[in-house]
Amino acid sequence: MEHTSLLERILRGIALTLVVIFFMFPIVWIFMMSFQTNETILRIPPQLVFEPTLANYTALITGKLMTAAGTLDIAFMRNLWNSVFLSVTSVAVALLLGVPAAYAFARHKFRGSEDIAFTLLSFRFAPALLVLLPLTLYFQKLGLANTYFGLIWVYQLICLPLILWIVRGYFEDIPADIEYAYRIGGHSWFATFRKIALPLAGPGIAAAGLLAFIFAWNNFVFALVLASADKQPVTVGALAFITSSGIQYGQISAAIVLSITPTLALALYAQRYLVEGLSLGAVKG
Amino acid sequence: MSASAITISGVDKFYGPIDRGVHAVKNLTMEIAKGEIVALLGSSGCGKTSTLRMIAGFEEVSRGAISVGGRKVHTLAPVKRNVAMAFEGYSLYPPLTVRENMAFALKAARLPKSEVDAKVASIAKLLEIEDILERYPSSISGGQQQRASLGRALIRNADLHLLDEPMGQLEPQLRAVLRGRIKHFIKERGLTAILVTHDQTEANALADRIAVMEGGVLQQFDTPDMIKRRPANLFTGTFVGEPPMNVFEAYVGNAAGKISLKLPDGLSLDYDKDAFSAPVRDQLLNRERVVIGVRPYAVRRSKEGVPATVSANQWLGDQTHIAADFAGGSLVLVEHDRTRLELGAPINVSIDPKNLHVFDQASGNAISHGMELA
Repeated sequence: MEHTSLLERILRGIALTLVVIFFMFPIVWIFMMSFQTNETILRIPPQLVFEPTLANYTALITGKLMTAAGTLDIAFMRNLWNSVFLSVTSVAVALLLGVPAAYAFARHKFRGSEDIAFTLLSFRFAPALLVLLPLTLYFQKLGLANTYFGLIWVYQLICLPLILWIVRGYFEDIPADIEYAYRIGGHSWFATFRKIALPLAGPGIAAAGLLAFIFAWNNFVFALVLASADKQPVTVGALAFITSSGIQYGQISAAIVLSITPTLALALYAQRYLVEGLSLGAVKG
Repeated sequence: MSASAITISGVDKFYGPIDRGVHAVKNLTMEIAKGEIVALLGSSGCGKTSTLRMIAGFEEVSRGAISVGGRKVHTLAPVKRNVAMAFEGYSLYPPLTVRENMAFALKAARLPKSEVDAKVASIAKLLEIEDILERYPSSISGGQQQRASLGRALIRNADLHLLDEPMGQLEPQLRAVLRGRIKHFIKERGLTAILVTHDQTEANALADRIAVMEGGVLQQFDTPDMIKRRPANLFTGTFVGEPPMNVFEAYVGNAAGKISLKLPDGLSLDYDKDAFSAPVRDQLLNRERVVIGVRPYAVRRSKEGVPATVSANQWLGDQTHIAADFAGGSLVLVEHDRTRLELGAPINVSIDPKNLHVFDQASGNAISHGMELA
């Protein structure tokens, strides 16, 4: 790094710029589209200069979509809330169940423990569409279709194995003797789990939680089939923008911007915490 | 010796199902008195650490019982056993400083802060870690972590202190100093300690009694001196002592008032019958084959001894280790002067029957040590 010529630095700058442009372009383009009307978006050739409008955001927030065919009610804010509620609750439930389970799998080798852990992982192998049909039938019988409870339950298929397997690895990396040292000092195993194992695996739990949150947030098929309009998350709700008078690109873009904002914010926040936690947690001697 | 601090009776440890898994500790029975320091000595995988962990409660006892201070503890959770332990891997809590790590061990005792501070300060002084008390485990060396971990165990007022390889990472000079201090510390407070080690110097220096283990079996449990002088079997004989005991298989011959121990390569150690005490002589004459052992420092060079050829000669600064090809094997002798012997030089060696250890050829159990029966 110390002895780089000017040419090298320029070339590296260009290469980095290209990479950033390549990856950022869709996001930036969507961001720009969200401030335009359908007419300006669909201009040929597309133009970088336009007069920004907040109409798309206003439409989303007020829930009134003006189309050529008239005013349309959309439940975008409701969808956004559903997304937040479903993802947060699912991850919370998965953490509550998955972290102690991961600890058990990491620390105790009991009969069939590997089989159970693998079975839980195998939930991720099944293609969602294959599971959906029987699941829908069952859920309708049980009255779980179109309930938050049912959806959160199904979301465990996504979140629980992920958290279980990632966190288990983190627990296994903590030398068992640290916990023994704490227990022999006069503390119960539960206190040990809470005071030693959990903080040491903290960064791992945060990473797993974040990943599970993103997966849950991005889920489409489960919610599409199992939820009706008032329980749908944004991923499904976005379908409403394909209207009889055309696809509302402006509103879709604004909806995308609004819906990636929470995950993006969470990721940025957690990233800082993750780095901090990982550099602090030098467990090995 | 006062009341027993810990009693281990008929303890077995299986990893995996009982009677089918790996049998790590076999029918171990030991009694350790209050105020005693005992070393579990053995090579890797001999079951010493398993034993320690069973006492601490981190491993289940497959069979048998362990009592601490008259209380059966082997089914209790570690928290209820009132034992302190220093771990081989240190196992300090990473988010706490060295001071907090040590003070933490006293938390359950609920002492006033001033008392905790005083205790930490005195232990830190003892272990020479005063200057790193405010540092975090990740920023100090292995040796310092080990001392911090040792301090965390010694600071507690437990019924029993378990020390797993407590000084493995320390520099030799420091190790020698700390050994003395730790022994004094333990003795002064009348603590009972069990330490696990594979370093016999450490065991000899620290322990009142040494339990030599091999293959999960307790080979001998005695004072360091007795283990040196009267090894119970071939294993203890060759395991304890530096350099190790020389051993040879021998046929016992009896002709013309002499007992001859016939070694391979046609060599023979001949002794007058009267050179042995009567019981030892009877034992020898009752057998056809035995294994004889002799400590390197008991082998003498003499004019009329048995021939051997020098294969190595090392001056260690205070003693000479001479290795010689002898009776189809190798014989090591120690001399206190600097000896100038070229490689391949012929020497003659003799062994005083007073220094001869005789072992049973089949079982390896000791038959006699010098003039006494085992």
